Amino acid sequence: MITAENAAHFPRVSKSPEPPDVRLQGVTKRFEDVLAVDELTLEIPRGSFFALLGPSGCGKTTTLRMIGGFEDPSEGRILLGDHDVTGLPSYKRDVNTVFQSYALFPHLDVFENVAFGLKRRKVAKAEIAKRAREMLAIVGLEGMDRRKPRQLSGGQQQRVALARALVNHPRVLLLDEPLGALDLKLRKQMQLELKRIQHEVGITFVHVTHDQEEAMTMADSIAVMSRGRIEQLGGPTELYERPRTAFVAGFLGVSNLLGGTVTTSGAVRVDGTGEIRVDAPLPPAGTRVQVGVRPEKLRLDDSAANSVSGTVVERAYIGVATQYVVDTPAGRLTVFVQSSGTAAEGDAVRVSWDPESTFVLEEAS
Amino acid sequence: MTSYAATPARVRSLPRAWAFVRRHLLTVYAALALLYLMLPIGVVVLFSFNDPVGRFNYTWEGFTLDHWLNPFGVPGIQESITTSLEIAALASLTATTLGTLIALALVRYAFRGRGATNIFIFLPMTTPEVVLGASLLTLFLNLGVSTGFWTIFIAHVMFNISFVVVTVRARIVGFDRHLEEAAMDLGANEWTTFWRVTLPLIAPGIVAGALIAFALSVDDFVITNFNAGATVTFPLYVWGAARIGVPPQVNVIGTAIFAVAVILMLANVLLQRRKEHA
Ligand SMILES: Nc1ncnc2c1ncn2[C@@H]1O[C@H](COP(=O)(O)OP(=O)(O)OP(=O)(O)O)[C@@H](O)[C@H]1O
Ligand SMILES: [Mg+2]
Repeated sequence: MITAENAAHFPRVSKSPEPPDVRLQGVTKRFEDVLAVDELTLEIPRGSFFALLGPSGCGKTTTLRMIGGFEDPSEGRILLGDHDVTGLPSYKRDVNTVFQSYALFPHLDVFENVAFGLKRRKVAKAEIAKRAREMLAIVGLEGMDRRKPRQLSGGQQQRVALARALVNHPRVLLLDEPLGALDLKLRKQMQLELKRIQHEVGITFVHVTHDQEEAMTMADSIAVMSRGRIEQLGGPTELYERPRTAFVAGFLGVSNLLGGTVTTSGAVRVDGTGEIRVDAPLPPAGTRVQVGVRPEKLRLDDSAANSVSGTVVERAYIGVATQYVVDTPAGRLTVFVQSSGTAAEGDAVRVSWDPESTFVLEEAS
Repeated sequence: MTSYAATPARVRSLPRAWAFVRRHLLTVYAALALLYLMLPIGVVVLFSFNDPVGRFNYTWEGFTLDHWLNPFGVPGIQESITTSLEIAALASLTATTLGTLIALALVRYAFRGRGATNIFIFLPMTTPEVVLGASLLTLFLNLGVSTGFWTIFIAHVMFNISFVVVTVRARIVGFDRHLEEAAMDLGANEWTTFWRVTLPLIAPGIVAGALIAFALSVDDFVITNFNAGATVTFPLYVWGAARIGVPPQVNVIGTAIFAVAVILMLANVLLQRRKEHA
């Protein structure tokens, strides 16, 4: 916990016009014939919890490794604050990494692992002991100093890796799928814990994950990556409710996408049915677009401004809600209803939703 | 069949005996193999306590501790042992240092000639010793180097390197590269990373390589014989002595070397075990 005494190590972050902690400018990474990262430009503000989210192989780890100094970009520049670190080795960068495999030193005990970074910086012995103990307390590992890494559970090892990095109080902490090796329950618990710790220490976290739920739970801003590029960057709500591409819409959860054409009256004529209203900026009339709605924003009644009629083809109880699949002239819609609902398979229903819940994607050419 | 029926007791016990043999076949086989391996050593140890009548220590004449109390009581034996230990220490140290660096380079870096190096490094292990010894001698003669202590040293370093490389390489291949990245991430430069992380973790492989190198060097006869000049190592001494009569002191020294080797091996096993259960 942060006390008055140790708060000095963790100055609170002010929202002053300081430079972003991390800046990538046109960063490209090629491995022989593989283009892993493609002209990435990105700014990560001070003190934020930033997530890099994307499917396997999209270049998340490569991006993180270039920030950490384990990989040199083929092109572009990397800045930490005002400091251009492109080409600097990792030991000259004020960042620390939590590796997916934790990479704890097996021949050193927990305390020595945590003290490793401070020792390299020639911090006084008493100070090292004090700070290492404090950090072990923050991650909840008091009294485990003398254990070797192999005598710890996966979750405990994860905490040691975190403490070992954070104790150096870096400008930025990089985390590469740090919870990937934990079981579901522990993962959920650690997500909240990581968030709490980030709040306590006020360090910028860059968190790599392919789990959209994890990114949404933890991050202030998320960059969704695909094939070495950033598809969209924004807060969790923004990405979820206003995705700009079909990829982002699909990656962040189930979405219903309907093809249509923008009309002169500022609405969208959905193929197979009528016009629907949209509460978002639209491209010029005549443009082909896709409109999307999240399943939980759909209602099985006529109460909202946009509606289509259809037939229930499937009904399934999924725990927190009941899922309906409804066939409409515009296409198949998935609907989540909180209450158990009364409609049965084969029933004719109307599906409606608000214009505010509708997002628009320009159709890929 | 009919004869079995006549002796019912054996009919019952025979399959049981078979079952016993089948169940313990592997144990019996292992015991026999071990005996086969140990018998010559046992004879060496036994005859170090023999009190031979003539110059030849080939028949059991009676028990004595004389040779153990006076192991260097034969002219030349002490000098030969000192020479052997000096060469072994120097050669294994040099071979271990070079071999470790070669193993690191072979695993870690893609460089021109890596494939060729990988093959060449194993040549000394597969080439017959006679050929190696003879060609080395030819080389030394052509270069005008007079053979002796240092040519033996060079020869031993050469064949020891292969064994060190093989042993250390196995350890490096299983090494998690992220550990080194983690060290550098925490502010250690290349040098510190090597001393604080890489070396401690591959140390068991290096120690094993060094022990093998030392043992091979102390023991080598063929290559040494070609390149020794006037220098006499312990194996050369034994060979020379065998023609005029092997003194029991040779058995004493042999037994002592064997005992040291066994103790080192046990110590290594215990140390590893202690580490794993720490
Ligand atoms: N050292 C390398 N040599 C060659 N290709 C590489 C190397 N590292 C990564 N790549 C390639 O670069 C691309 C991006 O890899 P990266 O590891 O960054 O993906 P990722 O987004 O972290 O995926 P995952 O979620 O599976 O970890 C992949 O196609 C990968 O095969
Ligand atoms: Mg990855």
